[in-house]
Amino acid sequence: MKAYAAYFRIRFTAGLQYRAAALAGVVTQFAWGFLSILLFAAFYRTDPASFPMGFSQLASYLWLRQAFLALFASWIFDGEIFSLIQSGSLAYELVRPLDVYAFWYVKNLALRLSRAVLRSFPILTVAALLPAPYGLSLPAGWDSFGLFLSSAVLSFLLVTAYCMLIYIATVYTLSPLGVRMVAVAVTDLLTGGIIPLPFFPDNVLAVLRFTPFAAMQDLPFRLYSGHVAAGEAAPALALQAFWLMALVVLGRAWLNRGLRKATIQGG
Amino acid sequence: MRLLGKYMLILLKSQMQYKTSFFLTALGQFLSSFSALLGIGFLMTRFRTVSSFSMEEVLLCYSVVTMAFALAECFFRGFDAVPAVLSQGEFDRILVRPRNVVFQVLAAKMEFTRVGRLLQAILVLCYALPKSGIQWNWDKILTLMFMIVGGVGVFSGLFLLFAGLCFFTVEGLEFMNVFTDGGREFGQYPLAVYGKEVLKFFTFVVPHALFQYYPLLYLTGRSDSKLYMLLPLLALWFWVPCLCVWKIGLRRYRSTGS
Repeated sequence: MKAYAAYFRIRFTAGLQYRAAALAGVVTQFAWGFLSILLFAAFYRTDPASFPMGFSQLASYLWLRQAFLALFASWIFDGEIFSLIQSGSLAYELVRPLDVYAFWYVKNLALRLSRAVLRSFPILTVAALLPAPYGLSLPAGWDSFGLFLSSAVLSFLLVTAYCMLIYIATVYTLSPLGVRMVAVAVTDLLTGGIIPLPFFPDNVLAVLRFTPFAAMQDLPFRLYSGHVAAGEAAPALALQAFWLMALVVLGRAWLNRGLRKATIQGG
Repeated sequence: MRLLGKYMLILLKSQMQYKTSFFLTALGQFLSSFSALLGIGFLMTRFRTVSSFSMEEVLLCYSVVTMAFALAECFFRGFDAVPAVLSQGEFDRILVRPRNVVFQVLAAKMEFTRVGRLLQAILVLCYALPKSGIQWNWDKILTLMFMIVGGVGVFSGLFLLFAGLCFFTVEGLEFMNVFTDGGREFGQYPLAVYGKEVLKFFTFVVPHALFQYYPLLYLTGRSDSKLYMLLPLLALWFWVPCLCVWKIGLRRYRSTGS
C-alpha cells in the first residue's frame, strides 16, 4: 500500500510541472464552455418549454464539466502505458513485485488529479463571477453539495476503471488505435461530453440511466444543481458504486488472463 | 505539380501498408463525427428550430464545415508537424532543398484517413440537399462550392498561421485549437446562433462566418444579395496575413541545432 501511495505522490508532483500546457488547457476549456452556453442559450430562446432543466442548472452543468474535464473525460489516457505495451517494456512491469492493475490505476489517478488541480480553479473562479444565469451558481444546498462531492469521487474512480479496460484491450490487440478511437467516440457521446444527458430523447435516456456511462460525470453535475433532488440520490449513488466495483473486478480478471499469455513485443 | 502527385502517391502507398490501422482510424474519424451528428439530431428533434434555422439547414451547415475541415486536414495537416520538425532541428534540411518551403512541408504529410469524416459529410449533404427546400439554380450550386472552397481556405490558413507562430515559440500552441477544432465543432450551427459579438469576431478576426453563415443566408433565400454569394472567396484572402506571419517567422528562423 505504501508503495502505491509513494508512486501516486511522485506521479502527481510530476504532473504538476506542466504549467504552460495547463494554461493553454484553461483557455481552451473556457472558450469551449462559453460557446456551448451561448449555443444552448439560443435553443432556450427558441423554445424554453422544451428545455429539460433550468437554464442556470445547465450553465452550472457545463462549467463543472469544463472545469473538471481532466477528472471525468473518458478520452484522457496515459500515452506511456500504450507505448510500453507496444514496445515490449511490459516485461518490466511484470518483473516488479507490484500488482500491475493497481500500479496503472494509481498512475492514471495521479495524472488526472494533477491536471485537474492546475486547471479547475481558474475556470471555476471565472465561471462563478459570470452574471447569472450564464455563470456557475451555488449548489442547491449543503446536502446537494455533499452528495455532489461523494458522487464526484465515485465518478472519478469509475472513469479511471473504464479507461483501464482500454489499456487492457491493448494488451490483447497490441495496437491501441482501433479500440481507442472507437471507444472514445462512443463514450464521449454517452457520458454527456457532447450534449448533456438530459437533452437526449427520453427513450434513449431511460436505458442509458442504468449504464455505467450515465454515472461517469452526468450524475454529480445534476446532483450539484439539484436537478436530481438530494432525497432521490441514494439509488443512483448505489448504482454508481456497483458499476465501479464491477468494472474493477472485470478489469482485474481480464488483465490477469491477458498477462498470462501476453506477447512481449520486441527484444 | 507532377512532383506533388508523386509525393501523394508515395504517402498513400505508405499509409496503405498498415491497412487495418488505416481503416480503423478512418472508422474512428467517421464515428467521432457521427456522435457529433447525433448530438445535433437530438437537439434539433427536441427544439425543431434554432434561431429560425431548421434541422435541414443546420445539417447543411454541418456538412459544409465538416467537409471543408476534412479536406483541409487531409492536405494541409503537414503544417502540424512543423513544431516537431523545428525542435528536432530537421528544418534545416528542408531549407537547403531547391524547392518551395511550404510545398515541402505540405507534401511531407497527408492524412488520407480523413476520408472517414469526408464520407460522413457527403452522406449528410446528400440527405440535407433535397430536404432543405432550397430552389436550386446555378448560382446556388456555385455558392455551395464556394462555401467548401472558402472553408478549406480558412482552415488551412489557420494551420499555416499556427505553423508560422511556431517559429517564434518553437513549441506548439495548444490553445489555438479553439479556432480549428472549435471552429469545426461550433461551426456546425450557423454562427449567428451565438449572438452578435461572436458573429462579429468570426467575421472580422477569424473569418469562419464568411464561408458559413452569410452564404447560407443566400442559399436559403433569406437574402438576395450576390455579395453573400461571393463572400467565401473573400475568405480566401485570410491566407495573406497567415502567409505574412509564416514569412516573417521564416526570416527570423534560427536552427535549434543538433
